[in-house]
Amino acid sequence: MATAAARWNHVWVGTETGILKGVNLQRKQAANFTAGGQPRREEAVSALCWGTGGETQILVGCADRTVKHFSTEDGIFQGQRHCPGGEGIFRGLAQTDGTLITCVDSGILRVWCDNDKNTSSDPLLELRVGPGVCRMRQDPAHPHVVATGGKENALKMWDLQGSEEPVFRAKNVRNDWLDLRVPIWDQDIQFLPGSQKLVTCTGYHQVRVYDPASPQRRPVLETTYGEYPLTAMTLTPGGNSVIVGNTHGQLAEIDLRQGRLLGCLKGLAGSVRGLQCHPSKPLLASCGLDRVLRIHRIQNPRGLEHKVYLKSQLNCLLLSGRDNWEDEPQEPQEPSKVPLEDTETDELWASLEAAAKRKLSDLEQTQGALQTRRRKKKRPGSTSP
Amino acid sequence: MAKAGEKSSSSWKKSLKRKAAAEEIQEAAGAGDGATESGVQPPKAAAFPPGFSISEIKNKQRRHLMFTRWKQQQRKEKLAAKKKLKKEREALGDKAPPKPVPKTIDNQRVYDETTVDPNDEEVAYDESTDEFASYFNKQTSPKILITTSDRPHGRTVRLCEQLSTVIPNSHVYYRRGLALKKIIPQCIAREFTDLIVINEDRKTPNGLILSHLPNGPTAHFKMSSVRLRKEIKRRGKDPTEHIPEIILNNFTTRLGHSIGRMFASLFPHNPQFIGRQVATFHNQRDYIFFRFHRYIFRSEKKVGIQELGPRFTIKLRSLQKGTFDSKYGEYEWVHKVCAYCFKKLIFKVWDKRVGGERASGIANGCWA
Repeated sequence: MATAAARWNHVWVGTETGILKGVNLQRKQAANFTAGGQPRREEAVSALCWGTGGETQILVGCADRTVKHFSTEDGIFQGQRHCPGGEGIFRGLAQTDGTLITCVDSGILRVWCDNDKNTSSDPLLELRVGPGVCRMRQDPAHPHVVATGGKENALKMWDLQGSEEPVFRAKNVRNDWLDLRVPIWDQDIQFLPGSQKLVTCTGYHQVRVYDPASPQRRPVLETTYGEYPLTAMTLTPGGNSVIVGNTHGQLAEIDLRQGRLLGCLKGLAGSVRGLQCHPSKPLLASCGLDRVLRIHRIQNPRGLEHKVYLKSQLNCLLLSGRDNWEDEPQEPQEPSKVPLEDTETDELWASLEAAAKRKLSDLEQTQGALQTRRRKKKRPGSTSP
Repeated sequence: MAKAGEKSSSSWKKSLKRKAAAEEIQEAAGAGDGATESGVQPPKAAAFPPGFSISEIKNKQRRHLMFTRWKQQQRKEKLAAKKKLKKEREALGDKAPPKPVPKTIDNQRVYDETTVDPNDEEVAYDESTDEFASYFNKQTSPKILITTSDRPHGRTVRLCEQLSTVIPNSHVYYRRGLALKKIIPQCIAREFTDLIVINEDRKTPNGLILSHLPNGPTAHFKMSSVRLRKEIKRRGKDPTEHIPEIILNNFTTRLGHSIGRMFASLFPHNPQFIGRQVATFHNQRDYIFFRFHRYIFRSEKKVGIQELGPRFTIKLRSLQKGTFDSKYGEYEWVHKVCAYCFKKLIFKVWDKRVGGERASGIANGCWA
C-alpha cells in the first residue's frame, strides 16, 4: 500500500536515524522507507536531491558516504554507490547528464559517472574547494555550475566544464567599525533565477547577495536577521525574497530588493534544518530538530497549513514541485471505474484490460505513458452518465 | 411608615429586621392581602414587581439585609437539593447513574501527538542510539561536576553542597570566573559525564544548566522555590552515602523522554535499597518538582516518608543539541511564548511535547 502510493507523496524527508519518510498531505499519512529494513544511525541522511527523470527518483546521501537511489514510483531503494574521498558528511548532492556531483565537509568535490553499468570508484573530476564546507548548491538553470561555501570558506562558484579555478570567488566585506576582520560562515547558498546572482545566509545572521556579473567581488546587498545562526534558506515563488531559518526555529521572509524584513512565520521550536518553497504555490515546507514537518502558507494569509509529527530528528527535505496536489484521488478510483462502465465498446474494454495487464508486468517502464493513455480513454467514458 | 422607619434605623436584631422587611414588602406590593399577612408569616412569597433586583435598593442596610437573606435561601435550597440527590442515589442503589466527573484543567487537555508509545520501534531505536545510550548500556557511570555562576552567594553555595550529597559521585568546584566553553573540554578530559551549573541572581539560585558531557544535549532550566535543608519542616536527618532510587513521573512525550533520560543519567545504575532514599522528579503541567525523601514501609501498603535534602522546582527553557553553546548551538526545543493560540487547553507536556508555544498555562494547538 505504502509503496504503491509512494509517488503521491508531497514531501520527502530525511532523518538522523537513516529513515527516508514520505509524507502525503492530502491523506495525512507518513511512510517510512529504509534501505535495509531497519533504521541505522550510520546511514543518517545528510543530503537529498531529485534524480533523473523529473521527480521519479531521489538521491539520498547518507553519513556513511553512500548515495542511494530511491524510486518514488515503486517506493523502494534501487541501488547505491559508495563515494569515498575526503572526510565528513555530504554537504551537497546534485546530478546532471548522468553524472553525480558530491561535496563533503573537508572540501573534496567529486563528479561521478552515474550510469547503472559503470559504477567505478574513480571520479570523473575532483576539485578541492577548501575545508569546512557547509553547502554545495547546483544552479538549476546551468547544471554544470555549482557554488560552495562554508566556515572560513568564502563563496566560490565553479564551472565543472571549465577550468579548475573557480569562476567567481567572493571577497570578504571590509573590516567592521572596530577594524576587526569579519568572520565568514556561509551556511546556505541559493541561485537567484533570471540572473547570475547568488544569495547566501551566514552563521553570523547575515543574508548577502553576490553578483558575479558585476566587477564587485564583495556582496552587493547585506542584511541581518536575528541573533542566531541562519541555517537554511529558500527562494519564494515570486523571486524577490528569500525565507531564512535560524537555530532557534525562527523563520523570516526577507525582501532582496531592499533588504527588508517582510514577515515571520511562527511554529518551529527547534533548529531549522531544511526549508523549501513550492515553485508556484505559496507554500513552504520546513523541518528541523524538533521532529515536526510543517507546511506554512506564505501569503494571504500567512500561517500554518499542515503539521506532521515524524518521530526522528529531520535533516533535509524535498518538496514535490508538481501542481496537482489534489489530483491524486483519481489513481485509486480508476480500477473501480473499469467494471462499472458497461457503456464502453468492446474494443475500448479490451484495450483497457490490455493496458492493465501491461502495467502489472512492467513495473518500471512506460507507466506514466500508460496512465495518461488510460486517462484519455476514460474521458469520453466518464462524461457519459 | 414612621414606625417602620424607626425600626429599620435601630435594627440589629434579626427578628426586628425581618418584620421590618416584611412590612416593607407588603407596603411595596400594596395592601392586597395585608389583613392576613401582618408581619407574622416568614417573608417567603416576596411579591415584588417583575424585573426587580436587590441591587436596585438604594438603602445600603436594607440592601445588605435582603442580600444576606437571599444568600441564606440559596444555601438552604442547595443543601436540600443535595440531600434529595443523595437520597435518590441511595434509593436506586446499584442502578444509580455514575457520578459526573468534575471538569479540571488536566481533564480538558487535548491528547498530545508526541506522547511516546511504549511499543514504538522508531522511538525505541532513536533512544537506544542517542547520546545517553552509553549510560543506559551500563558502559559509563556518572561523574558530575557541580558549579555555579561567578561569585555565588551563601544560598547558592549551600544548595550546591546539598546537591552534591544527594547526587552520588559529584564534585563541587568554585567557578572563579572561567568560561564554560573552556571548562567543558577539561571536564571531558577528566572523564566527567555531566556538568551542572546553578545560576544565581540577586543572591538566590534561579537557573540550572545541565549538560551531558562528551557531546550530549544541554538543558537550560528556570529554577524556583528553592528550599535548603534547614528550611524544610519535619525533615529527617542528613542523607547517607547510599545511592538513591529515582522516580520520574509524567515524562510521557518525546521531549519528556529526553529530559527524563537526562535526569536518570545523573544517578548510578544500582540503587542501594538499604539506604531507603529516593529522589523524585515529578512533572506536572510542565513544572518539574524535585524532592528527596527517605521512606520506610510500615506494612504492605503503608509507607512513612521523611523529606531530607533540598527541594526545588524547575521548568525547561531550552534543550540544545551539543554541549553548552548558547550562541551558535542548535536547539532541539526552545520555549516560546506564543500569545495568539488561546483556543485549546493543551499543555506542552511531558505531559509535555517537543516544541511548543505556550501562553501562561494555556498551551497552543500549533504543536509545537
